[in-house]
Amino acid sequence: MMGSENDDESHLHSSKEEMENLFLREDGDPLTRNHVNGDKSNSNYRSAMSTLSDSRHPSIVVTPADSDPLFAPPSYYRESRSPLSKPNGGDRGSSYLEPPSYADVIFSPFDDISEINGSEDGGSRHSQSSDSLSRSPSSLSSDYIKITVSNPQKEQEATNSMIPGGSTYITYQITTRTNLSEYGGSEFSVRRRFRDIVTLADRLAESYRGFCIPPRPDKSVVESQVMQKQEFVEQRRVALEKYLRRLVAHPVIRNSDELKVFLQAQGKLPLATSTDVASRMLDGAVKLPKQLFGEGGGASSVEVVQPARGGRDLLRLFKELRQSVSNDWGGSKPPVVEEDKEFLEKKEKMYDLEQQIINASQQAESLVKAQQDMGETMGEMGLAFIKLTKFENEEAVFNSQRARANDMKNFATSAVKASRFYRELNSQTVKHLDTLHDYLGLMMAVQGAFADRSSALLTVQTLLSELSSLGARAEKLEAASSKVFGGDKSRIKKIEELKETIKVTEDSKNVAIREYEQIKENNWCEIERLDRERRADFLNMMKGFVVNQVGYAEKIANVWTKVAEETSQYGRESS
Amino acid sequence: MESTTEQPRNISGSMQSPRSPSSQPYLSVSVTDPVKLGNGVQAYISYRVITKTNLPEYQGPEKIVIRRYSDFVWLRDRLFEKYKGIFIPPLPEKSAVEKFRFSAEFIEMRRAALDIFVNRIALHPELQQSEDLRTFLQADEETMDRFRFQETGIFKKPADLMQMFRDVQSKVSDAVLGKEKPVEETTADYEKLKHYIFELENHLAEAQKHAYRLVKRHRELGQSLLDFGKAVKLLGACEGEPTGKAFSDLGTKSELLSIKLQKEAQQVLMNFEEPLKDYVRYVQSIKATIAERGTAFKQHCELAETTKLKEINLDKLMLTRSDKVGEAEIEYREIKAESEEATRRFERIVKRMEEEIVRFQEQKTEEMGVAFHQFAKGQARLANSVADAWRSLLPKLEASSTV
Repeated sequence: MMGSENDDESHLHSSKEEMENLFLREDGDPLTRNHVNGDKSNSNYRSAMSTLSDSRHPSIVVTPADSDPLFAPPSYYRESRSPLSKPNGGDRGSSYLEPPSYADVIFSPFDDISEINGSEDGGSRHSQSSDSLSRSPSSLSSDYIKITVSNPQKEQEATNSMIPGGSTYITYQITTRTNLSEYGGSEFSVRRRFRDIVTLADRLAESYRGFCIPPRPDKSVVESQVMQKQEFVEQRRVALEKYLRRLVAHPVIRNSDELKVFLQAQGKLPLATSTDVASRMLDGAVKLPKQLFGEGGGASSVEVVQPARGGRDLLRLFKELRQSVSNDWGGSKPPVVEEDKEFLEKKEKMYDLEQQIINASQQAESLVKAQQDMGETMGEMGLAFIKLTKFENEEAVFNSQRARANDMKNFATSAVKASRFYRELNSQTVKHLDTLHDYLGLMMAVQGAFADRSSALLTVQTLLSELSSLGARAEKLEAASSKVFGGDKSRIKKIEELKETIKVTEDSKNVAIREYEQIKENNWCEIERLDRERRADFLNMMKGFVVNQVGYAEKIANVWTKVAEETSQYGRESS
Repeated sequence: MESTTEQPRNISGSMQSPRSPSSQPYLSVSVTDPVKLGNGVQAYISYRVITKTNLPEYQGPEKIVIRRYSDFVWLRDRLFEKYKGIFIPPLPEKSAVEKFRFSAEFIEMRRAALDIFVNRIALHPELQQSEDLRTFLQADEETMDRFRFQETGIFKKPADLMQMFRDVQSKVSDAVLGKEKPVEETTADYEKLKHYIFELENHLAEAQKHAYRLVKRHRELGQSLLDFGKAVKLLGACEGEPTGKAFSDLGTKSELLSIKLQKEAQQVLMNFEEPLKDYVRYVQSIKATIAERGTAFKQHCELAETTKLKEINLDKLMLTRSDKVGEAEIEYREIKAESEEATRRFERIVKRMEEEIVRFQEQKTEEMGVAFHQFAKGQARLANSVADAWRSLLPKLEASSTV
């Protein structure tokens, strides 16, 4: 009878909203204005995620005027700043005494962070909450930095006039509001394109090895082709905003020059692009023949501080590869010989944690979808009964029909109300459980930090083994030269050059070891910080989730209790 | 032909007060104890049908017989044949597929539906006096099997054959005479009723469809709560305190609520979706009655016309003093008797339907009221459980987050 499910749903949505609004308006119910995105969401969780996590929509304010939540004053859905102030949080205990308890509670998810984080680094919470600005409203001189990404615009690639109609790209306006003194000014904007983000991310990765750097948004080449342009741009805008907000939430990275420059420098981004960096490959290639013939300097101590990247230092890459292989020859040892058992344990724990977070976030997605579906079907059923009611009323011949139509109407309106509560509950649930998704990103950052450590260790080991082989060569040469009576001019020269190389390599080795130690230190601090924040974030998430569930369950219970009372005259047999 | 001019006695059934004083006539039936019998394709369910009565037509105060689904079908078909114009209570669907599965819930739902079926008959002022009902409630199993086989056998009863013949005849004559248009009543009220019934079926079917989906949604939500609970517990195992314990508690509650949701799903199915399905079936039964009325009306019209023609013919013959007058007179009287019978049948249907509609509407208001009540109670109970379960976590979560 019905066509494909999708067609059905889409027709149903537009007319369903009209019907819902029409019908409820008859009741004199003020709840007819265009309300939150809940209605627009289809059962697709992803789009629900993007619409609902939209920073433009703050958490829903629930302020019932009287016992019937549906007759709340029109401010029900209006954005309002004041609710961000905490409700008398200490009264949670007293909620057991006054009904309805959590129906009164404001369902903004991240109200109480100040309670939880206490004196901790105020900015350490990654800011997915829409408008919560200051982390600790109680402290007066709170650091404050807020980033907004908006206003995507198409721009033309500046090519030479030889090639007409150059390619276009999108730029985004990045607005920073802050009271940090490092930034000259309290509000400023720049325009950046996605490529600039990639550059920023790459430079940060180089400068902050060992840190858990939030991962940047994907390049999404496929998606950019497949999705509608508008949808894709919006998706990207949201992702960029999230990313930048996480960066400034990081206590160390927020002070980085790279970030400051990114946020403030007008015009072209003054950071070395990755193509510039890649051009060093050419330099590396030039050096290669000299190094192959054992001449020229060894790895300079500056370069040693960076991991060997493709295209940068081919020789170093070969060496480190050889080293990692030789490390492996020692049986089933991992390529990088890591003696630190504590580290290995931690790494495994992190891996386990990541797996469980992935699993939990998947199940959270299913839960959200199931809640969404429940709300939708409840609403559809309500509408079907509304149609029946109208029909019975129009065709009524007997009083029994009118009575039934009346019962049906009460039932149907309640079903529609309950359906709305389910959908509201869901939009809140999404915001809370989103924490799990965010941590997936952070786990990637942890992996990055661990990888930095491993590669630094590999560099050290490579240099150590190089030193030992250089030393062996020097010995051999000396032994051979001492046999020659009177000295061997060419050999002596070689020995001296070798000794020079050894000295340079020795310096590099020391630098590499210092770097490795530093990265280990960074790792440790970051993991500590992450564990701390994760504890707070997860507890917060659970609390928010639970408070929501309680509040909406109470509302739904109220709705149906009323219907049960209204129909209590039927069937004196108890269930 | 069943005599239907008896005054309906005020017989109370098992749906009303079962403890009526013994002087009051009562007939109380219950369908119980479903037992699966047979194997494979031939598997079926048998039910104990217990009759308690003080009516003289019945053999004693209590009788227990074993019946199967097709016996109920036999009863329904017989009543439909004999009591035209009455809305015969509907039966649950045959469902050849579910037979193989025969889950406990399916069996229970079927039993309940059959119980309602018999009780509605027992409560109906006319139907409760049916001889077929008495057979159904009292005959031993062998006799019942025989009756049932007769009905579903390939050889139809003579009455049916006559009917089929007449139908074909009328169709042919219509075609020959070139009047293809159907003969139908055109009273405004009846038109309205027909339109109402047909539209009602559509609306109800849609409501029932959504109700069924809602049952599924309950099950799905229950399942996802279960999975979520498990996942969250595993996550808790990776974390130290207090997060680990908090996740573990959260997971446990989630699993608990999952069970409640599955329970509620079954309740909604039995106490809400099934009554809606029953409503739809009832409307379909009314449609069958409407069809019967249409047939009766056609017969009444056609026979009336034929009678008229025979009368005219007779008059003609009488005028011409033909010797065929005698024959024609006999024919005329026969046709006239048939026509009057057809008219009586039709009018009885009309009268019955008038009463039935009132009954139907009242019954449905009561039954839907109960269904709404049950649904609302169930949902309120569920929501309160949910609130209670989650609320119990809050003190500990509060304590943990201020550590």
